[in-house]
Amino acid sequence: MLRNEPQITPALVAEHGLKPDEYQRILTLIGREPTITELGIFSAMWNEHCSYKSSRLHLRKLPTKAPWVIQGPGENAGVIDIGDGLACVFKMESHNHPSYIEPYQGAATGVGGILRDVFTMGARPIACLNLLRFGSPDHPRTRHLVSGVVAGIGGYGNSFGVPTVGGSVNFHTRYDGNILVNAMAVGIARADSIFYAKATGVGRPIVYLGSKTGRDGIHGATMASASFEANAEEKRPTVQVGDPFSEKLLLEACLEIMGKGCVIAIQDMGAAGLTSSAVEMGAKGGLGIELDLDAIPCREEGMSAYEMMLSESQERMLMVLDPAKEAEAEAVFRKWGLDFAIVGKTTDTLRFVVKHQGEVKADLPIMELGDEAPLYDRPHVPTPPKPVIAAGSVVPPRSNRDALLHLIGSPDLCSKRWVWEQYDHLILGNTVQQPGGDAAVVRIGDGPKGLAMCTDVTQRYCEADPVQGGRQAVAECWRNLTAVGATPLALTDNLNFGNPEKPDYMGQFVGCLEGIGDAARALDFPIVSGNVSLYNETQGRGILPTPSIGGVGRIDDVAKAATLSFKGADEAILLVGETQGWLGQSMYLWQVCGREEGAPPPVDLAAERRNGDFVRGLIAGGHVTAVHDLSDGGLAVALAEMAMAGGVGATLTATAPQQHGFLFGEDQARYVITARAEDVAAITAQALAAGVPLQMIGETGGEALTLPGETPIVIADLVNAHEGWLPAYMASAPK
Amino acid sequence: MKAAVLLFPGLNREGDAMRALEQASGHKPTLVWHAEHELPAGTDLVLVPGGFSYGDYLRCGAIAGRANIMDAVRAHAARGGLVVGICNGFQILCESGLLPGVLMRNRDLRFICKMQHLKVERADTPFTTAYQKGQTIKVAIAHGEGNYEADDETIRRLEGEGRVAFRYCDAQGQVGGAANPNGSTHDIAGIYSEKLNVLGLMPHPENLIDPLVGGTDGRGLFASIASFSRAA
Repeated sequence: MLRNEPQITPALVAEHGLKPDEYQRILTLIGREPTITELGIFSAMWNEHCSYKSSRLHLRKLPTKAPWVIQGPGENAGVIDIGDGLACVFKMESHNHPSYIEPYQGAATGVGGILRDVFTMGARPIACLNLLRFGSPDHPRTRHLVSGVVAGIGGYGNSFGVPTVGGSVNFHTRYDGNILVNAMAVGIARADSIFYAKATGVGRPIVYLGSKTGRDGIHGATMASASFEANAEEKRPTVQVGDPFSEKLLLEACLEIMGKGCVIAIQDMGAAGLTSSAVEMGAKGGLGIELDLDAIPCREEGMSAYEMMLSESQERMLMVLDPAKEAEAEAVFRKWGLDFAIVGKTTDTLRFVVKHQGEVKADLPIMELGDEAPLYDRPHVPTPPKPVIAAGSVVPPRSNRDALLHLIGSPDLCSKRWVWEQYDHLILGNTVQQPGGDAAVVRIGDGPKGLAMCTDVTQRYCEADPVQGGRQAVAECWRNLTAVGATPLALTDNLNFGNPEKPDYMGQFVGCLEGIGDAARALDFPIVSGNVSLYNETQGRGILPTPSIGGVGRIDDVAKAATLSFKGADEAILLVGETQGWLGQSMYLWQVCGREEGAPPPVDLAAERRNGDFVRGLIAGGHVTAVHDLSDGGLAVALAEMAMAGGVGATLTATAPQQHGFLFGEDQARYVITARAEDVAAITAQALAAGVPLQMIGETGGEALTLPGETPIVIADLVNAHEGWLPAYMASAPK
Repeated sequence: MKAAVLLFPGLNREGDAMRALEQASGHKPTLVWHAEHELPAGTDLVLVPGGFSYGDYLRCGAIAGRANIMDAVRAHAARGGLVVGICNGFQILCESGLLPGVLMRNRDLRFICKMQHLKVERADTPFTTAYQKGQTIKVAIAHGEGNYEADDETIRRLEGEGRVAFRYCDAQGQVGGAANPNGSTHDIAGIYSEKLNVLGLMPHPENLIDPLVGGTDGRGLFASIASFSRAA
C-alpha cells in the first residue's frame, strides 16, 4: 500500500487540471486512490500539451508519409532523407504562455527545447527559425514583450551557436493577452545514425544527463494547457530558466557519445520533464521503468518526489546506455562538466515505479499512462463563410504611391531588421541567404547542397475561412521554398488555437487541419513533426487561429539559388499566375481602409503546383535573375521589396480596370520574376506550354519604383518607410 | 603554418575559424582543450575563437582568461609568437592580460549581428600584409559586448604607438558617428599588443571567406598570417 499524504481532494484534482471524469478514469485504471506523486504524473501525462487529447483524432488525418520521410510525427522531431547519406531533422514548437509571463526566459527556453528535440535524435543543429505574433502595437505591454522575446531568442541561440536565419513577426490585437512564440530548429545527421526514444533490453541502466533538477517549471505543461486569466503574471514561478551554456555542452557531449556508440535510447526532458521522458522511453519499448529519485542530481535541497517528477528544469536528458560503454560515456560527460547519474533501470514489469527515500511514491501501468489518456471528439462548428468582396466595391486610394508607402511601413510588412540583427544569423559560415528573403538558404558543410527553410501562416485568412487559411499557410510556405529554387520536402506545424472546449474555436482547429491536409497532399509536402498549443485565449477571447507552418526544401547547388533582389537595369519583369485583384482580407483592406473583412483569397492547389513547378524549373535552368513570391500586400509590395533589396528601380507598365486590386490584391499561386530581355520569348513559350499564366508587367532600371500614372518613389524613400517603423516604435515610450 | 585553436566550454565559432585558417594555409589547425598546459610543439599561431566561454555568465572572458592553457599562450606571446583573439577571444585576451582594456556592453544594450565595414589602420603587421593601409573591408560583427573601453593613458598609448588595428567605418571608409555599431572608444574594432604579435578584434573575418556567404574581405587576415608564418 502506498502511503498517501496529502489526501486527494476534489479541489486538489481540479488544481491539477484534471476534470472529475478524468479523475474517475484514473481510479478505474489503477483500482485505488493515487498518491500525490501519481496524481502529478497523471496531470502531466494527461494534460492537453502531452496527451493531445482534443487534437489526436484530427491530427491522424494529416498526410505524414513520402518516400523521403524517415520518421514522421511521434518522435522528438521529424526526419527526412536529403540524399548523400544525410538526413534533415526538424521540428517547431511553441512556448506561448511562458513567453507572455516572462518574455526573455520564456522565449529562450522555447529555443532551448526545440534545439534539444533536434540533437536528441543525433543531429547537429544548423539553423533556427521562429514565428512570433504579438498584440497590437498600441497595447501597453507589446514593446516589453517584443523586446524580451527577441532578446531571449537571441540570447539562447547566439550562445548555443546556431544561426537564426528566418522567421515571421506580426501584430494583432487578438494576441494582446496571449502572444505566440513558435521556435523551429533544423539539424543534419547521417541518415543511418538517427537516435530514438525507444528503450530496449531489460535491466539496462537509465542515465540522467545534463543540468541539475530544480523547482522551476513545475506544472509548466499544465499551465500550457489552460487559458489565461487576468492574473497570468502570478504564474511566473512556473516559467523555466534557460542556460544555453549547459545546452551547448550537452549538445557536444551527446553527439560525442552517440558517435562512440554508447547510446541505445535517448529522450530529452521537455514538457513534464522526467515523467514524460521516462514513460515515453519505456512505453515505446514495451518495457517497465524503475526510477530511484535519490540519485537525481538536484539543485535545491529537500525536493520531494512530486517536485522532481514534475520539474521542467532545462538542459536535461534521459538515456539508456549500452552497459559495456557506460564508463566511456561517463568520461565524456565529466570532461564537459555535466552531471551524469544512473537513476534507474528498465524492467520487464510494464510498471512505472518511482522510489524516493526508501518509499515507493508511484507504481503505475506504463503503457496505460499514454495509451489510456483521454481522447475527445470535441464538438466543433464550422466558421460561417464570409462574403466575397469585389475589388470594385473597395474604395481606391487617392494615390497608389502613398498607399504603397503606407503598407511597406506598416507593422506587419515593415522590415524586421531590428529583430533579426539581434540574432546571430551568420555563425557557422553557411548562411547563403539571410533573413529578409522568401526563405533562408543554408549550405550543408562545404556544399554545394543546401537547405531552404521558412515559417509561414496568414492568421487573418485562417480566422475568416479556416479551410482556405490552412491551405494557404502550407501553399505559401511551399511557394517561399520554391521561390529560392528549392524542392519542398516536408513541413512541421505548430497549431496555435483557442479553447478546444468551445465549438467555434474547435471548428477553427478542425477547419485549418482540413486545409493543411489538402494542401500537404496536393503538394507532396508531408507533415513530419509538430506541436499543438490550445487554450490560447485570455478572458474568454481566443487568439486568431494560427497554424504555423515551417517548411524545409532541398537545393542541390546553393550557388544556383534565386534571390528576390533586382539585379540590374533593362530586365523584363514578369508576373506568374492569375490576378483577379482579390482584396478580401488583404493588407490593403486592413491597413489602408481599416477593414478586416471578407473571404480570403481561395487557394487553387493545382495552380499552385503548376506555377511553382514552372518557376522552380526556370531557376534550375538559369533563366531568371530574380524571383519573389507574392503574398501580403500583393504585387506592389513585392516590387518594392525587390527594388529595395537590389537598389535597382523599376517601372510598372501593366494596368487593370481595378488598378488597386491589381496592385494590392492577394491572389494566390503567384510570383514575380525578372529575366534578361533575350530570354523572355523562351520563358513565354514555356509558360504557354505548361499552361501557366504569364504577363509582362514592366522593366527594371533607374533609381525609383514607378507605378502607372504616379510620381516615382525613389528607392531611398521606400527604404526609409520600410526600415523606419520598427526601430522608431521600439524607441518610443508607450502611450 | 602550424595553428592551434583554443577550445573553452561555450565557444562556438571554433569551426568557422578553423575553416578560414585551413583555407588560407592549406593546413588543418589543431584544436587545443582549455585544460591542457602546453601548446602543440612548433605552434606558430594561437587563435582564440568567438563564442560564449562559460556562458559569459561572469564578465566576458574572465574565467577563460585564467584557464591552464593561457599560461602557455602568454609564454608563446612573450617569445614573439602570434596570437589572435576574435570576439569572445578578444575579450579573453583582455582578461588574460595579453591586451589592455575591456569590452563593455554595446551602446544600445542589444546584441548586434550584421555586416560591418572596417578601416585597416596599418598593413605592415603579421596580420594585415594582404591588405592596404587605409583599406575599407566588409566583415561581420556578432556581439553584445564589443564596446571597447580603456583608461585615457592606455588609449593615448594605443593611438600613439600605432596599435589600433581596425576601426569601424561606413562603406565609404568614413569613421565615426553612426558607423560605430557599439559605442567603442575611438571607433576601435581591434588592437595590437606592444610588439604587434598579439591581435584582438571584435568582428568576424572568419565569416567572410566565401563569395556565396557575404564576401571574401576576411580572407586577407588569414592570408597575412599564413604568409608571415611561411616567411618566418
